[in-house]
Amino acid sequence: MPDRGSAGALRRIFGRLGESVTERLWRLGFAARFFGYMLLHSGTALRRFQLTAREIYFAGVLSLIIILVSGLFVGMVLGLQGYDTLQRYGSSEALGILVALSLVRELGPVVAGLLFASRAGSAITAEIGLMKATEQIAAMEMMAVDPIARVVAPRFWGGVISMPLLAALFSAMGIFGGYLVGVQLIGVDEGAFWSQMQASVDVREDILNGVIKSVVFGIAVTWIAVFEGYDAQPTAEGVSSATTRTVVTSSLAILALDFVLTALMFTGGNAR
Amino acid sequence: MSNAAIVEIEHLSFGYDAARPVLRDVSLTMPNGKVVGIMGQSGCGKTTLLRIIGGARRPDRGSARVLGTRVNGLHGRDLYALRRKMGMLFQFGALFTDMTAFDNVAFPMREHTDLPEELIDDLVLMKLEAVGLRGAARLTPAELSGGMARRVALARAIALDPQLILYDEPFTALDPISFGAIARLIRRLNDSLGATSVIVSHDVKECLDIVDYMYFMSAGEIVAHGTPDEMRASADPFVGQFVRGEGDGPIPFHYPAMAFGEDLELSAAHA
Repeated sequence: MPDRGSAGALRRIFGRLGESVTERLWRLGFAARFFGYMLLHSGTALRRFQLTAREIYFAGVLSLIIILVSGLFVGMVLGLQGYDTLQRYGSSEALGILVALSLVRELGPVVAGLLFASRAGSAITAEIGLMKATEQIAAMEMMAVDPIARVVAPRFWGGVISMPLLAALFSAMGIFGGYLVGVQLIGVDEGAFWSQMQASVDVREDILNGVIKSVVFGIAVTWIAVFEGYDAQPTAEGVSSATTRTVVTSSLAILALDFVLTALMFTGGNAR
Repeated sequence: MSNAAIVEIEHLSFGYDAARPVLRDVSLTMPNGKVVGIMGQSGCGKTTLLRIIGGARRPDRGSARVLGTRVNGLHGRDLYALRRKMGMLFQFGALFTDMTAFDNVAFPMREHTDLPEELIDDLVLMKLEAVGLRGAARLTPAELSGGMARRVALARAIALDPQLILYDEPFTALDPISFGAIARLIRRLNDSLGATSVIVSHDVKECLDIVDYMYFMSAGEIVAHGTPDEMRASADPFVGQFVRGEGDGPIPFHYPAMAFGEDLELSAAHA
C-alpha cells in the first residue's frame, strides 16, 4: 500500500500534468478565438491593400533568395539521386517525372513551408512581439486603432498570399536544378525529360493538390506566427521564446498537416 | 456629477488577483482645463489608475467616468469613440519604429480622418513645430534621442487635438534639458489646446512646478492631495518623505522580512 509521501508525490505529478494540459487547451482555445477575430477584422487589410502588399514584400519578396537557392539545390540533389536509382532499372528518362512529382506534390510545399516558417514566420513573431514589448500595440489601442485589424491581419494575409507563390517558385527552381544536373551534366535525353514530365504531371491531381497544401501551410504558419507574437510576454526573453515557439510549432504543424493532406489527396481515391 | 469634471473616479478598486490589490477604494476628481499629477513610488498603482482612465483595464469595483462617459462599461466601438477624444504619451514614447517622425504624427490623422494628404502634411508640420522638431520630420525613431522621441510622441498624442491627455511617466530617463523641455511643453500644450492633462510620475519636485493639483498615492490608496503650494507646506510625513526624497519613513526602506538575526540563524547567545 502506498504511503502518504508517495501518494502526495503522485498527486503533485498528476496535478502538474493536469495544469499543463489545461493551460495548453486554454491557449489553443485562445488561438482559435484569435483566428476568428482576425478573420472578422480583415476588412482593413483587404480594403487598404497597400498594408497587405507591404507585408507580402517583407514575408514574400525578402524570402525569395533563400527559397530560390534552396529550391535549386534540392532539385539538383533530386536529379543526382533520382538518376542514380532510375538508371539501375534502365528508366533514366523518367527523371523528369521523378523530379517534378517529388517537388510539386511534396518537397515544394513542405520545404518551402519550413523555410518560410524559419525566415518569415520568426520575423513576423519577433516584430509583433517587439511592438508589444515597446508598447506600440498599446499606443495603437489608445489611439482607437484596432491592432488586430491594422497590424495582425495584414501580416496574416501577406503570409497566406506569399506562401503558395514561394512554394511554386521553389518547385520551378527545383525542376530547373534537376534539369541542370540530369540533362546538362549527366546527359539524360532532354526531350524525354520534358515530355515525360509533361505527360505524367496532372494539373488537378498533382499541381492543384500541391497548391492546396501550400495554402494550408501558409495559413498554419502565419496564424502561428501572428498569434505567438501577439501572445508573447512583453520582455526580451518573452519575444525570444515566442520566436522559437513559432519555428518549432510551425515546423511540426507543417509535417503533421502534410501527412493528413497527403493521406486525403493521394490515397483516398485508390485505397480500396 | 460636476459638469466641470473631466475625470471622476469613485470608490475604485482593482487587483490582478484577489491576494494582491493594486488600487483600494480610490476616489478623485480632475477638473476641466487643469494639469493634474498623480505621484507615488513605483508599484503604488498610479499607472494602473491611468490605464483604467484610458479604458485599458476594468476595475473590480467602483466607477471611472471620463468626459462624461462611464469608461469601465465600454466595449469595442464605444470605447474607441471615447479614446479618439484622448491622447496618451507612453513612458518611452512608443513610436512606431517602422515609420518616420512625420508618419508617426500623421498616423492618427490618416486612420481617423478623411483629410487630404496636403492638409495632413500641414497639420503634421504644425504639430512638430509645436514640439520644436519640424526639422526632424523625416528622421526615424532610431535616429532620434530619447528626449526627441518623447517630443515626437507628444506631437502624436495631440495630433487630433484631444480633450484629455494622459502622460505615463513622461520624464523617465531624460537628461535635464529634455526634462525641462517636456515639462514646459506639457503645460503649454495643455493651456493652448484647452485640454485636461493627467501626469503619472514619481518626479515630484519637477511636477510641482507644472501641475495645478496633485494626488499622492501609496499602496493603492490616495494618501494626500492638494495644490502644489499646499503640498510643499504639508506636514504629512508621507508627502514630506516623498518631496524630500528620504529613504526611510512612512514608506519603509526595508521590504517586510523576518528578524535579521533569525534569518542569519544566530543563536540568542550571539544575538
